[in-house]
Amino acid sequence: MSAVETTAPAVRKTALNAVHRQMGAKMVDFNGWEMPVEYPASIACGIINEHMAVRTGVGIFDVSHMGDIRLAGPQALTAVQHISMNDASRLAVGQAQYSALLYPQGTFVDDVIVHRLGEDEYLLVINAGTREKDFNWVRDNTRQFDCAVENVSDDFTQIAIQGPKGVSTMQKLTDADLSAVKFYWVTRGTVCGLKNILIARTGYTAEDGFEIYVPADEATSARVWNEILKAGKEFGVVPCGLGARNTLRLEGSLSLYGHEISDTINVWESRLDRFCKMEKPEFVGRSALEKAKAAGLTRTLVGLEMVERGIARDGYKVLDGGGREIGYATSGSPAPFLKKNIALAYVPPEFAPVGSTVKVEIRGQGVAAQIVPTPFYKRPKK
Amino acid sequence: MAYPKDRKYTKEHEWIQANGASATVGITDHAQESLGDIVFVELPKVGADLTAGKTFGTVESVKAVSDLFAPASGTVTEVNGDLSTAPENVNKDAHGSWMLKINLKDPKELDGLLSAADYEKFVAEEGGH
Repeated sequence: MSAVETTAPAVRKTALNAVHRQMGAKMVDFNGWEMPVEYPASIACGIINEHMAVRTGVGIFDVSHMGDIRLAGPQALTAVQHISMNDASRLAVGQAQYSALLYPQGTFVDDVIVHRLGEDEYLLVINAGTREKDFNWVRDNTRQFDCAVENVSDDFTQIAIQGPKGVSTMQKLTDADLSAVKFYWVTRGTVCGLKNILIARTGYTAEDGFEIYVPADEATSARVWNEILKAGKEFGVVPCGLGARNTLRLEGSLSLYGHEISDTINVWESRLDRFCKMEKPEFVGRSALEKAKAAGLTRTLVGLEMVERGIARDGYKVLDGGGREIGYATSGSPAPFLKKNIALAYVPPEFAPVGSTVKVEIRGQGVAAQIVPTPFYKRPKK
Repeated sequence: MAYPKDRKYTKEHEWIQANGASATVGITDHAQESLGDIVFVELPKVGADLTAGKTFGTVESVKAVSDLFAPASGTVTEVNGDLSTAPENVNKDAHGSWMLKINLKDPKELDGLLSAADYEKFVAEEGGH
């Protein structure tokens, strides 16, 4: 602990900050960024309405706080393969995949979406709170490769357009044929008159939709935001904040850094096995993961649904039937679409089978819950 | 907003409407607006004793848990059961959605609480920081 307290850095703002404030959004400090948590009831928003709009129509999010790292050069793929646990060699140009950057111990630096933008060009989209840490990690762990590593986080305003009507909304604003872009693929096109805009069919809501990367100046960002709201009006579009972003990703059992994944949790515990390609001969963390697999799990991530009245929240203790502490909830909240109270939690493997009963400690009382399959919510197949 | 003059208010954003020796308790419109969508209200049972200034339950929004503080001391005579199935009623009409009815231990405790005008001023000043 340092003897001298340095002043905290000023909170960071995205280019759309003034727009959110002008719309009356409740603002909150999220990992050093001033972000909207929800928009007002007076414009038919609020966490629940925003969540439902994404599940049934379309909602838009300012996600510019997220970070972007560009790797380009003759050994860009080699560099990505070294630091990312998934197999980027499977990516065609224009394809993306979910992955993670690992420490040598097999625990998480961050989760990431790896996009292959060109023959030798990759874009890693990372979390807001880990921008600097991740960039330093990537740069320090790829020095040996012939590859330029650039932090391009401040170059873009990133807007997510999510929901069953997301495609219809975006199609009104672009000349790119969005029906030709499969889920987890990207394209470039003119968006709101802006040329060569990256359009990715990705998201963090467990719905269909897109994320677009437009120039980060305030005027352009505001214009694009407002044009999307106008285009989506017929589909019931609402602006959505971090509150709904969290309830949406939780219903989809998507991990959040610092909760389901962290630098003290390994890949097997977090149940992200399918994104970890051990058949790759080498990547940072691989040998630790091999050892961990042989040693077996002491805890595993499960989905919980409250059975008795109560809401499990982040950090709440999980107890066995006898009231003994066996684990903790990593994320917990009411689920607005499912109309249940759900949580993700770490428990010993013996409590993991679906149907197992546990309790969650809520204000000193054990409240009954049961293990349920994940994801809690899966979007309907068209 | 003009707060109803027929009741008193606390700095923890509860209201209390006295009727002789009994009173009705709820939370203010400012409270429901700050909380956002209310999804859960936890109230004491009939017969429970409340002490002025101490917590008597919780109100939960999607994102947060908030304690409820007793505006006055007394014994709970009635609890609004609607709020267990329709907690959103508090968002729709905070001043019309009562939470508890109590028999007041000492009606004079209410003299120390805020009038509607004082509460309006308090809310305006709080919003100023």
